[in-house]
Amino acid sequence: MRFGHHDPEHEFDPTAPLLATGNLRRRHLTSRVIQGLAVAAAVAAVAVLVIVVWAVVSHGAKAISWDFITKPAPEGVGPNLVGTAVIVALATLMAMPFGVLIALFLSEYAGPRSTRPVQLILDVMNGLPSIIVAVFVFALLVANGGGQAGWKAALALAIIMVPLIARGTQEVLRLVPGHQREAADALGVARWRSVLSIILPAALPGIITATLLSVARAAGETAPVLLISSLAPGDAFSVNPLHELPNVPVRIFQLSEEANPEGFTEAWGLSLILIAIILALGLGSRALLNRSKRKMTR
Amino acid sequence: MRSPVTVDQARNNTVNRRTSTRLKYVDQVGDRLLLCCCALGALLAGVVLVLIAKEIFEGAQPAFAKYGLSFITSHEWAPPLEKFGGEGVIIGTLIASAMALLIGGPVAIAIGIFLALLAPTGVRNVISPLVEMLAAIPSVILGFWGLLILGPVLVSTIEPFLHDNFGFIPLFGEPQTTGASVFNAGLILTIMVIPIIASVSRDLFMAVPRELQDGASALGSTRWEVIRGGVLPTTASGMIAACLLGLGRALGGAIAVSQVIGGGTESHISLFRNGGTMASIIALQFPSAVSALHTSSLYYLAGLLLVIGVTANLLASWVGYRFGSAGGAMR
Repeated sequence: MRFGHHDPEHEFDPTAPLLATGNLRRRHLTSRVIQGLAVAAAVAAVAVLVIVVWAVVSHGAKAISWDFITKPAPEGVGPNLVGTAVIVALATLMAMPFGVLIALFLSEYAGPRSTRPVQLILDVMNGLPSIIVAVFVFALLVANGGGQAGWKAALALAIIMVPLIARGTQEVLRLVPGHQREAADALGVARWRSVLSIILPAALPGIITATLLSVARAAGETAPVLLISSLAPGDAFSVNPLHELPNVPVRIFQLSEEANPEGFTEAWGLSLILIAIILALGLGSRALLNRSKRKMTR
Repeated sequence: MRSPVTVDQARNNTVNRRTSTRLKYVDQVGDRLLLCCCALGALLAGVVLVLIAKEIFEGAQPAFAKYGLSFITSHEWAPPLEKFGGEGVIIGTLIASAMALLIGGPVAIAIGIFLALLAPTGVRNVISPLVEMLAAIPSVILGFWGLLILGPVLVSTIEPFLHDNFGFIPLFGEPQTTGASVFNAGLILTIMVIPIIASVSRDLFMAVPRELQDGASALGSTRWEVIRGGVLPTTASGMIAACLLGLGRALGGAIAVSQVIGGGTESHISLFRNGGTMASIIALQFPSAVSALHTSSLYYLAGLLLVIGVTANLLASWVGYRFGSAGGAMR
C-alpha cells in the first residue's frame, strides 16, 4: 500500500460497489504472519536471556557457598569481589563529577552552537569500544614502566562511565520543570544558586539512577581490567589501588581460557554473583527512576 | 500612605545595599566558577578523545612505517617471525560483524515494531526491560556461555547441517571439533547487537505521529500495511543509524569474541573454523606481545578499529541528526 501513488490501471470508478477487493484475505494473512514474526522475534530475545541466565544460575549455584564468597584463592573468590568493588568505586568517584558537570553544561549553559560538538563528543565516547579505552590507558600509564594498578583500571572504567552518566543526567535535567527555573530567576536568584539548590536536588534521583546503571556496566567490563589489573593472584585480600587488584571479570576470563572443569565451576559461580549484582543494580535503578519521574512530572 | 523615612531606616538601607553588593559579587564569582567547571568538564572529555587517538596512532607508528597500507592486505600474522599482516583478522571482523548485523538487525527491528506498535502497554512494560537486560549481561559471561554451552550445540547440530546442505558456499566449510568458530562469535555478537538496535528502533517507532498511523488505518490498511507504508519509510534513516550503532558495538566486542572465536589469525572465509577479529586479537595478544613490532601491529589494528568505530558512530549521529524526524530518539 502506497500513499499518493497514482496507478493508471486502476482508475477510481465511482460506480463500483463499495466491497473489499479480492485480495483482502491475503492482505490480512500477510499482516497476521508478519505480526507473528515480530512476536516471535521478541520471544526469541527473551528466550535467549532466559537460557543464558538459567545456565549461569544452574551451574553457578553449585559453586556458591559462604566460603566461596568470603575466602581467598584456592577455596573462594573473596579478594576478587573486594577488588572489583574497589576499582568500580574509584571509577565512580572519578566519573560522576565529570558526567554531572558535562550534563549541566549541556542543559544549563551551552548555547546551540556549543551543544552540538559536546553532544558529538559524548556520542563518540559512548560508542568507543572498551578495548580501545583499555589500550589507551595501557599505553599512557602502564606501558612506560608504570606497571599495572587498580586506579589505572578505574580510570579506564571512568572513561567508559562518563558518557553514560552524562546522558542519563541530561535526560533528568530535561525533566526538571521549567517553571522552577523561571521562579528562581524571577526571585533574582543567581544561576549557580538555582543550579545547586533547586535543579540538582530535583534531578538527584535520576543522577543516582544513571550512576548505578553505569556501575552495573563497569562492573562487568573486562577489557580494561584484563590489560591493566590482571596480574594479581587473588590469594590474599588487597584494597590498595596503587597495586594491581584481583577482580571478578578477569578471573572469569582466565578460567574460561583454561580447560579445567573445576575452574569452570568457579567461573560459573563468579558469573552468578556478577550477574546477580548487575541485575539488582539495573532493577533497583529502574524502580528509582520510575518513582522520581512520576514525582517530577506530577 | 508612605511613612517618612527615618535616619535609622536610611542607614539600614545602605547596610542592606552594601551586603547586597557583596552578595552580587559572590553571585558573579559563583556563576563564573560553575560555568568554568562545567565547560572544563566538557573540554576534558574532548581532550581525552584526542589523547586516545594520539596515543594509539603513536603506538601504531612503527608498524605503519614498516608496512604502510599493505598491512591491510597482507595475510601473514606470525609473531615469532616478526611478520604481521592484518588481512585475516580484518576479514574475520567483517564476517562476524556482517553476520551479527544481518541476523540481529531484522530481528531487532521486528522487536522494535512489536514493542512500539503491536504490544499492549502491559506487555511492553515487561518485555522492554527484559530486552534491555540482555544488554546488561557482561560480555565475559556471554562469551563463557558461548564457549561452554552454545559451542558444543553448534558443532553437533547446526554446523554439520549447514555444511551438508549448503557446503557448496565457501562460507559453510568443514566444521571443526571444538566449539570455537567464527560462526559462534557471529551469534554471540548478534546477541550483543540486538538489544541496542531494538531499543533505538522502539523509540523511533514510538515517535512516529499517531495521526499518520490512524490515517493509514482509516484508508483501510491492515496493521502491516500501516507499518510498511507509514512507519518504516518515515523512520528509515533512524533505522540505518540504529544499525550503525549496532555495527560499532559488533566491531568493538572484544572479550566475548576472543573467548568463542579461537584466536586464529589465518585468512579464510569459512564460518566454522577458528578465526579472529581485530578487537579480540588485541585483547588476546596485547598483554603478552613478544616484540615491539608485535605491540605496534596491535596498535595498528586498534587504530583501524578506532577509525572505523568512530566513523560508524559519527555517521549514525549525522544520519539521525540530518534525516531523522525522530532524531531525538537517538539520544
